[in-house]
Amino acid sequence: MSFPDRVRAFAVDLRLWFAPERLRSEGSTPDYRFSLANERTFLAWLRTAFALIGGGFAVDQFLPSLHQTVRTVFTVALLAGGALCAVRSVNHWVRCERAMRRGEDLPSSRFPALLGAGVGLLAVAIAAVVLLGWTR
Amino acid sequence: MSGTEERPEPARDPGLQPERTRMAWRRTTLSCAVAVVLAWRQVLLTGEPTAAEVVLVALLVLAGLAFLTAAHTRIRRLAAPAAAGPPRTMGIRTALLAAGCTLVLVGLGAAITL
Repeated sequence: MSFPDRVRAFAVDLRLWFAPERLRSEGSTPDYRFSLANERTFLAWLRTAFALIGGGFAVDQFLPSLHQTVRTVFTVALLAGGALCAVRSVNHWVRCERAMRRGEDLPSSRFPALLGAGVGLLAVAIAAVVLLGWTR
Repeated sequence: MSGTEERPEPARDPGLQPERTRMAWRRTTLSCAVAVVLAWRQVLLTGEPTAAEVVLVALLVLAGLAFLTAAHTRIRRLAAPAAAGPPRTMGIRTALLAAGCTLVLVGLGAAITL
């Protein structure tokens, strides 16, 4: 999917965020157990967001010997990752709910792979900076 | 008076789906509390808090309480007896409120840290 198409698709999803009746008018209500599973997935992503945010505060508080700028960069990266996770959790929940109502396949996503790669790189970077003792 | 009377038996859900979803809300609330406490600690570490920092912490606690309220409302809905019918799907407003609290937490955390 090209970038403009992606933006357009996101705009369509976004309309569902603020018009709950639009979601209910799609297809038919799925088995409630599937909806509850979707809700738990949403909550799991929200916990991931909280973990990233907490990690951001932890970097700032528990690595006081680190150079101020480096510390701030890590903190901001983790906080931004948490915010991204929170926004995406809502969007993914809406898309899954709509797909289930329409009887379509669940949406596939590149986000988990990207998040995994990002967290891995960040962890390696933090470990390297701490081991090299890059202090002020 | 025998036990053979027809009584509508509430359908048993072998997957305990509402219970699991309730507990998922509980542990998400806990994660939220941990993040709020860490952000609060951020203020405590910088010595005597300024008036602006007191306001930030107050907003932080409010965001945490808003999340708790959303979670508690949903948990009570899910705790309705099985005889009352299958639980209703979470509304988008609940999802937006929960995610909104997370974003507020990020904003306040950034304001405290930077």
